[in-house]
Amino acid sequence: MHMMYFTEQPMAAYDAKAGLDFGATALTFSNKYFDPNEGSRLYNEYLEEYILAEEYGADGIMLNEHHNAPFCMQARTNMFGAILAAVTKRVKIVFLGNPLPLTENPVQLAEELAMIDMISKGRVVSGFVRGGGQEQLANGVNPAFNRERFIEAHDLVQKTWTQPGPFRWEGTHYQQRVVNPWAVPMQKPYPRVWIPGVLSKETVIWSAQQRYPYIALNTSIEATKTIHETYDKAALDVGYTAGPENFGYLIRVHVQDTEEKAMQNARQFMWMQGEFTGLANPVWANPAGYFSPSGRRAFVEFSTGRAKNPRGNPTFEQQVHDTMIIAGTPAQVIERLKYLVRETRPGIMGIWANDGTVSKEDRRRCIQLLCGEVMPAIKEYGATLGLKDPWEANAPVHLRYSTDIAGQKVAAE
Amino acid sequence: MSVVWTDTVKEVAGIKLHVSRAGHGPTVLVLHHDIGTADRLPFYDALAAKFDVVIPHHPGWGKSERPQWMRHPRDIAAIYAWLLSDLGAANVSLVGLGFGGWIAAEMASQAPAAFAKLILVGAMGLKPPEGDIADQAIVSYIDYPRSGFHDQAAFAAVYGDVSTDQLEAWDIAREMSFRTAWKPYMYSQTLPHLLGGIRSPALVIWGDDDKIVPIGAGQAYAKALPHATFTTIPACGHFAEMEKPDAVAKLAIDFLSRS
Repeated sequence: MHMMYFTEQPMAAYDAKAGLDFGATALTFSNKYFDPNEGSRLYNEYLEEYILAEEYGADGIMLNEHHNAPFCMQARTNMFGAILAAVTKRVKIVFLGNPLPLTENPVQLAEELAMIDMISKGRVVSGFVRGGGQEQLANGVNPAFNRERFIEAHDLVQKTWTQPGPFRWEGTHYQQRVVNPWAVPMQKPYPRVWIPGVLSKETVIWSAQQRYPYIALNTSIEATKTIHETYDKAALDVGYTAGPENFGYLIRVHVQDTEEKAMQNARQFMWMQGEFTGLANPVWANPAGYFSPSGRRAFVEFSTGRAKNPRGNPTFEQQVHDTMIIAGTPAQVIERLKYLVRETRPGIMGIWANDGTVSKEDRRRCIQLLCGEVMPAIKEYGATLGLKDPWEANAPVHLRYSTDIAGQKVAAE
Repeated sequence: MSVVWTDTVKEVAGIKLHVSRAGHGPTVLVLHHDIGTADRLPFYDALAAKFDVVIPHHPGWGKSERPQWMRHPRDIAAIYAWLLSDLGAANVSLVGLGFGGWIAAEMASQAPAAFAKLILVGAMGLKPPEGDIADQAIVSYIDYPRSGFHDQAAFAAVYGDVSTDQLEAWDIAREMSFRTAWKPYMYSQTLPHLLGGIRSPALVIWGDDDKIVPIGAGQAYAKALPHATFTTIPACGHFAEMEKPDAVAKLAIDFLSRS
């Protein structure tokens, strides 16, 4: 089992009242409330915490990016990836991920990731995401072509990594005259690609068709099981049987020496005023054309206040009860996590451990207990359940490199 | 005499276009807004009492099929030139409403001598000299159309409580706006250079309280079109033909009837 440490890198040092008064803490909430001195302090503290996570035994550091919001300070996931490549020695640098549709130049992205892979001496896991609706708006990228751009950018990155240049790319959304970057990934055939997601069935099926692990981001146990069923079926359709190495799961966990302190800090998971990525107009998260047309009617009803949020808005207590948030002493957390891995059987696990305004001291203590005590116990337990990660299972990086499927062209070559 | 409308489907460029038509006389092609259109409006009836009025749903909007390949209002302009050829309509006048005004301007710029007259009402298509064209991407489905009315009672008179079907239609219309006019948003950087050749007399009408397309864009149209008159409608927003149908119809009919 592969266990990663994750934080959204909250920019918690802002005037929360200003956000409430404005009515939004995303996209259009003014960056005049961003204090760069506090930003500098937090970036450096978060960096030290990643190093601490490696020191205490995490297998990987999971990184992401968001834009225009205090919810997440990382605006370019590759920035922190590049820094970690240099300052860490052992952990996998797991991008979950680069929002492909946001790039106007996928070749440059392939180049950056290849550089980070070489600098890190082959420790990159290159996840890709569609990026939320707000990310499209914040970057001026057309939401109506989001999925098309995701797939085409992926195909171009994959080709850039696997086929010697120069070649020319004349696609629908991308055209490149001379693809021939003088930077190629160290890992062959290319770095592992994992696809994180929340609810899009199309993405689950696409991931299964590529044989890329799908990382469910803090979905409910029931929803996670449905994702597995969808993935399993799509995998069988292309000729392989999915196992734990095809699944990952991200869960919010906070550990402290006492239950009381852990619970108190875990409430910070709700710090964005009850919303996941901050207070926002629903059309920002889901601009027209971004989402599957099958969800159109339900969405317009929800977005105009005629129906409840389909994702619900559960309280902290409810989320603790439903094992969407776990908090406690190491022993308590281990017990809940064992239940969770029994139920969801992931080969990859991300632990989102610190959020909001948890103090530096408590964040560091959480990381020590989490990476030093909880992760080893869960890995040991996972091994007894046969929960192998992609390296342990020697899983192919992509479907085309499968050796267990008759007639796979690339594998045969 | 009441106006009798006929709805038909015309196949153009491989897609099925929904086309409404009514009335007799010189042909007038009416091009609707970015938010789509109701099938019938008092303004349409008023025009059809005097002219042969053709009102297509833009490709991808309303009941017209979506061309996956379509990327720009100029593509829609070409589709309508094709439609008019198929209809055998000549010496047609164009009435472009908002986003439809941009399409009308593209049509006229591509065939400078082809159209009898050109009416632009709150037309998109030019970068306003001051301010920006309002971005519907960051406001809700109801707030955007609302912002196009000076008087909210006029919005209520047209849309009532707003049905869920209407919300869905606005979401589809919004998606089509993104597919065709995302960047730069709702204007062309080349169109201003191509308006000077247009031979048709033009009437540029603007609501004096248009919060969606700044009035400066209307003045820019009137300046760039060689034979244009600019006029404003008081206490009126962007969706002028819905908010002040009588005033817009009178201006349009007088202009189109003048020899």
